Amino acid sequence: MNLAQADRPTIKWSWIGDNSDKIFARFIEHIELTVLAVAIGLLISVPLAIYAYRHRWFYTPLTSVTGILYTIPSLALFAFLLPYTGLTVQTAEIGLVGYTLLILIRNIVAGLAGVPPDVREAARGMGFSSGQMLWRVEMPLALPVIMAGVRLATVTTVGLVTVTALIGKGGLGFFILSGMRTDFITAILVGSILSLVLAVTVDGLLVYLERRITPWSRSRAGQRRPAPKTQSSIGPRVA
Amino acid sequence: MTGDVMISLKNVSKVFDSAEGSAAVHDLSMDIVRGETVVLVGPSGCGKTTTMKMINRLVEPTSGEITVNGTDVMKQDPVELRRGIGYVIQSIGLMPHRTIAQNIATVPELLKWDATKVKQRVAELSDILELDEALLGRYPNELSGGQRQRVGVARALAVDPPVMLMDEPFGAVDPIVRERLQDQFLDLQDRLKKTIVFVTHDIDEAIKMADRIAILNRGGVIEQFASPEEILRSPANDFVKQFVGVERGLKRLALLKVSQIGIEEGPVVSPEAPIRDAERAMEKFDYDWCSVVEDGELLGWVDRESLGGCLTVAEAQARPFSAYVTHDSTLREALDSIVTSRTQVAVVASGGQRYVGILSLERISKEIIS
Ligand SMILES: Nc1ncnc2c1ncn2[C@@H]1O[C@H](COP(=O)(O)OP(=O)(O)O)[C@@H](O)[C@H]1O
Ligand SMILES: [Mg+2]
Repeated sequence: MNLAQADRPTIKWSWIGDNSDKIFARFIEHIELTVLAVAIGLLISVPLAIYAYRHRWFYTPLTSVTGILYTIPSLALFAFLLPYTGLTVQTAEIGLVGYTLLILIRNIVAGLAGVPPDVREAARGMGFSSGQMLWRVEMPLALPVIMAGVRLATVTTVGLVTVTALIGKGGLGFFILSGMRTDFITAILVGSILSLVLAVTVDGLLVYLERRITPWSRSRAGQRRPAPKTQSSIGPRVA
Repeated sequence: MTGDVMISLKNVSKVFDSAEGSAAVHDLSMDIVRGETVVLVGPSGCGKTTTMKMINRLVEPTSGEITVNGTDVMKQDPVELRRGIGYVIQSIGLMPHRTIAQNIATVPELLKWDATKVKQRVAELSDILELDEALLGRYPNELSGGQRQRVGVARALAVDPPVMLMDEPFGAVDPIVRERLQDQFLDLQDRLKKTIVFVTHDIDEAIKMADRIAILNRGGVIEQFASPEEILRSPANDFVKQFVGVERGLKRLALLKVSQIGIEEGPVVSPEAPIRDAERAMEKFDYDWCSVVEDGELLGWVDRESLGGCLTVAEAQARPFSAYVTHDSTLREALDSIVTSRTQVAVVASGGQRYVGILSLERISKEIIS
């Protein structure tokens, strides 16, 4: 360990201490950008996905458009938006939200499609209106699959937020970018390690949250219904 | 059948959009009386489920009229209509994200009952259906098939609906559990007197559960609509005969009770009587044995051999019958008793050992042939 340290640029611990306020502020900014993007992403995805689930014709155009958003390189997207929205939070968020849509929509639709048909039939037979069916039966049962999408979207966004440093935002990405510009390894490491820690922590928290809100999906896992086939045809596989 | 009509189907047809003109149910008419259990039975795809689902508008009829309790179902809000009709399906469809108590409380909650009333009702229902209180907090995937089935019935009974629709409700459990569930449900129905439409493809289940059976053929055509006894006694046509299958006679015997047919007096002698009386009784019925009865109490039987050398019947030491039947036994049980006893008759006794009479094979087969 001592040998290795000798030839390499060392971490300047004092810099970290001196800048802890700034690091903390950027850390918070990173969380804010992420949460805002996923929240807006959900607000847009939920109604679109419900509509696409009820009207199957809408699913293909919807996933085509969001699929394009998902595949545009982030740099290109920000460059494209700059003339319109400038170096603002909006620019960053439009890009970030755009990336969450495909993941969220696919998982919401897959979750809804995976609701066992007998449960749906029994509910209809007992007198659930279609709204009650959606919010009391279908959405709760889709929750594990939706939460898997939320986790994936969140972790992806934590990573993408660093890229928004290029348009003046970026949270922890700010340190990575400025560190590269000035060849200052300490800042790069602080930025990347903290965003990694953030991603892992947030994912863990979401797993915990999912378990809390779906206690039924854990009980006697061995007896669970096999996952419905529809899940593999649309949307990413779920852990 | 007497009583007022609870469910009425008049010239009801259903053509599914995808079926290119061929009707799943064609021009079906049927009246179901308050408090009776009507079983729809027939081969797979004959339109049983479709017929049943038109009653709570899960399927909308293409033509015809359906009334429940005098009101045209098409003039009611389907959601309201369904909340007032119990519904049980083969796969039950319990909600996996809700506990057993919550599942049972589904319709009361939709109807916005207050929490104490809901809780009380759930306790009542779990009692009626013999569901262990410990199960109430569990989730459906933690229960056995039989338990889930009972939860499904409890859920359908939650708001005490006068009408129940049951689509192969016991189809998914193994035969032993199924028989228990059937018996339990028959007991329940004896008390609750619901109007029940019950779908099955199993003729034996139909015979067991039904007050009346409607045997359906393809396209929802009713081949016969009658009591199980009548269907077994006089099947309307070859289709019914074939559907009911072999052992029609035996199946009828299982439906008839000993009390429903004439019981013969049989050879009887008192223990104090002289041997001569016993011989006279045997001669009268042309048997070589006779029952020994003291003040109405059945002591057993004696035959010519055991009477040999005795002065009174009492001296001959009556031997007990190996089995006897009661008024409530089925004729099938009586038949079993006949073929397994040395005397070739079933002895009928009531309330312990009170002698009633005898049933012979001739008597039973006369009943079946008539
Ligand atoms: N939703 C539906 N769409 C098209 N055809 C259907 C539908 N439901 C039932 N059918 C058809 O109607 C006929 C009767 O079906 P069903 O009532 O389910 O029969 P059963 O319950 O007696 O087995 C079958 O030929 C079946 O294929
Ligand atoms: Mg069916």
